[in-house]
Amino acid sequence: MSVARCSLLLLAAGLFCLVVSPILADDVLTVYSGRNESLIGPILAQFTEDTGIETEVLYGKTAAVANQILVEGDMSPADVFIAQDGGALGALSAADMLHKLPDATLSRVANAAFVSPEGHWTGLSGRARVFVYSPEALEEQGLELPNSILDLTDETWSGLVGWAPTNASFVANVTAMRVLLGEEETASWLAGMIAKGVQAYPKNTPIVQATIDGEVVGGLVNHYYLYRFLAEDPAITATLHFFPGGDLGSLINVAGAAILKTTDQPYDALALVDYLLSDGAQAYFSQSTFEYPLVDGVDPSVDLPALADIETPEIDLSDLADLQGTLELIEDSGALD
Amino acid sequence: MHLSDVIPLRFRINGHQRPALSRWHVGNRQLAQAVSLAVVAVVMIPIVYLFIGALGAGQEGLEYLLRARTARVVGNSAGLMLATTVCATAIAVPFAWLTSRSDLPGRRGWLVLGLAAMVIPSYLTAVTYTEAFGPKGMLQSLLEPFGVDRLPGIRGFFGATLTITFVTFPYIVLPTRAALLHCDRSLEEAGQSLGLSRWQVFRQITLPQLRPALSAGMLMTALYALSDFGAVAVMHFNAFTRAIYLQTVSFRMDKASMLALLLIGLTALLLALRSWMRHRGRHYRVGSGAERHLQTLPLGKWKLPALVFCAAVVFMGVGIPLLALFKWLAGHIITSPINVSMTVLARNTVGVSAVSALTVALAAFPLALLAARGGTRFNRWLVNIAYAGNVLPGIVIALALVMFATRNMLGIYQTLPLLVVGYAIRYLPFSIGATESAFAQINPRFEEAARSLGLSPWAALARITLPLARGGILAGLALVFLNVMKELPTTLILRPIGFRTFATRIWSAYDEAFLSSIALPGLVLIAVSAFALAIILRREDLEG
Repeated sequence: MSVARCSLLLLAAGLFCLVVSPILADDVLTVYSGRNESLIGPILAQFTEDTGIETEVLYGKTAAVANQILVEGDMSPADVFIAQDGGALGALSAADMLHKLPDATLSRVANAAFVSPEGHWTGLSGRARVFVYSPEALEEQGLELPNSILDLTDETWSGLVGWAPTNASFVANVTAMRVLLGEEETASWLAGMIAKGVQAYPKNTPIVQATIDGEVVGGLVNHYYLYRFLAEDPAITATLHFFPGGDLGSLINVAGAAILKTTDQPYDALALVDYLLSDGAQAYFSQSTFEYPLVDGVDPSVDLPALADIETPEIDLSDLADLQGTLELIEDSGALD
Repeated sequence: MHLSDVIPLRFRINGHQRPALSRWHVGNRQLAQAVSLAVVAVVMIPIVYLFIGALGAGQEGLEYLLRARTARVVGNSAGLMLATTVCATAIAVPFAWLTSRSDLPGRRGWLVLGLAAMVIPSYLTAVTYTEAFGPKGMLQSLLEPFGVDRLPGIRGFFGATLTITFVTFPYIVLPTRAALLHCDRSLEEAGQSLGLSRWQVFRQITLPQLRPALSAGMLMTALYALSDFGAVAVMHFNAFTRAIYLQTVSFRMDKASMLALLLIGLTALLLALRSWMRHRGRHYRVGSGAERHLQTLPLGKWKLPALVFCAAVVFMGVGIPLLALFKWLAGHIITSPINVSMTVLARNTVGVSAVSALTVALAAFPLALLAARGGTRFNRWLVNIAYAGNVLPGIVIALALVMFATRNMLGIYQTLPLLVVGYAIRYLPFSIGATESAFAQINPRFEEAARSLGLSPWAALARITLPLARGGILAGLALVFLNVMKELPTTLILRPIGFRTFATRIWSAYDEAFLSSIALPGLVLIAVSAFALAIILRREDLEG
């Protein structure tokens, strides 16, 4: 085959492929999602079916997507931002990139702690930080449940705890420690954990697995991961411990949504946010993720302590915006090496 | 033509003469220069924007760079680079020797199977290795009867080294094997007749002759290890690309830019080191007479160990990835609730790869002409800058292009053209290298004869040069196509919203731990890549 003929063929094939790819219309609502496609995709499809509003979605890690919006600035094509963490929403709020949401939307959320004080974002579901542990392993080691996340640096826990130092929820938890305890105490807690041989995992799921396998006695995770394992195998004995007394280890973070100031479709965007706060969507989130629904009248799908009964540290979730500072602290502690 | 010519290093086993500039038509040269300038301007965009981005960090950024943690990232990357280069060489040299010079049974088959490891993207190999060697992986279940109920796992330095070793060793096998087939046999015979043992002959005579080819392949491996994102991300090894990624993820483009510039500096240092070391000593034939046909050496009692070695290499390179993918395909693990049609993925992947390969070939054409024919200092500079893709990992290019596209109101942000530009900058060296070496092998007097017989410069180019350079250009096209299909970070960062390729699909399925959703796109990607590799290898002298 001659070069010319081969090139022409390749060009024709390539252009054909790209041209027949769907051409996106202008009135499509652009959603930037820090939550997984497997979770958000179905509910957005339902939204389109119910309202006729088409969506296109960019998926990524929450912090990455928030960063992308910050870098894009005024040019951002995003209309709605769905985040896995209040801190990322707080960062965009601090950069004055978010539309104020109407009170009718914000008041759907029962607890005002789970919406932005400025009304810039709303929580969609709640996620509690917990200590997942194996009661058998606990007994075997002769240990008592810790009263505080800070107690895990105790000698008795040496080598028996798991964490996921790059996981966004863990980072948000450490950010809360920085806000409430200060830099130095947080740094010394991190250093203490490492000195006591904390086991590092890439994310939450392997920590739960390691707890079930008896590799560690327990680990710092979000509450819902255990329920995913229980759904597959109800015989699992691992269970959750909520640090008592408003301890830093019991932070409740939210997954939430916001509308970008740069949106050209504010009404469609609001329709989506309201849709995500509807009873149906709230029930969907709670059933598919085991997270806490945030509106009144929708109950958690599993047997969890009521959200209102968890004593959480007093903190404005928007204040968790400085993820960068936390990542540096974690990096400097040597947790990533 | 050998793949060592295609490998994007400005390197030739047998030196070729560059014809004098006066022989080449002035009009052609000026046009080629103008187009080359435009291409080089585009190639410069990422570097310029990285500097702009890094300046944004100011004093604080400088302090950041000087911290001990940064030094550790440098150390991690350098360690990974050294370890993979050493390991890949240790595997590739015996493999190349066995498949070219020994009487190994089925050596051509072993060779093709070994080279096939090239078509598997590093992130896919890494994911399958974690499945195979993980604490509760395939190896552990084999060892279960012996009381092993968990393995330590391979994440970190070991896993990253293992992965990159087995995806890059073919890059050393190819040039080494070509050199083994064409090195001066008479020297070895002379050595033998003077009483050297077989091993002494290999060490003292063969190996020095292999040095240029070997160092080209080793450099490819080293560059790959420095720029790879997929394997270090899957293996959670804090190398440069992952550190840069973590910075972009945590709201700091300025620090990401500084790290990127540091990585570029490190890579440039490596290239400078190599160009300083090469051409020390003469490696081409000077004796009179034709190259002699090589005799194969009998392995004797070493035959069985040699077979075991080749089987092990092939098993690690392609066996484990395919086994794991088929296991996932057949297994009843949870699949992703999002169904993406394979047709859409194939259409997007093949479409964007084909357009990128052609764009790169067109952009490379004038530069290759300049490199082969227009030997002024200015032209050499142009060509050298166009090789920048060698030191710009995909994630770095993508990061810079995002800054570029969002700071200029060009409306190209999140469009296919920007994605194609990202690929083009990264893989331009592949195409220039292949095309240049093809041009260099054409006697310019053919063109002159055509001109003297009345053809215009263009007609001479189209009817004489182009057909003769066909092989090199096609090999370059296929090589770029192959690499764009596999490219992960550039695609992840620069793709238009909703644009999915095999690579992004595999990545998101891995990220959400839907392992069985990795299997099908992974296998199709490997199949299409194998087809592209076959085109490249068809031109390679696999006999011998």
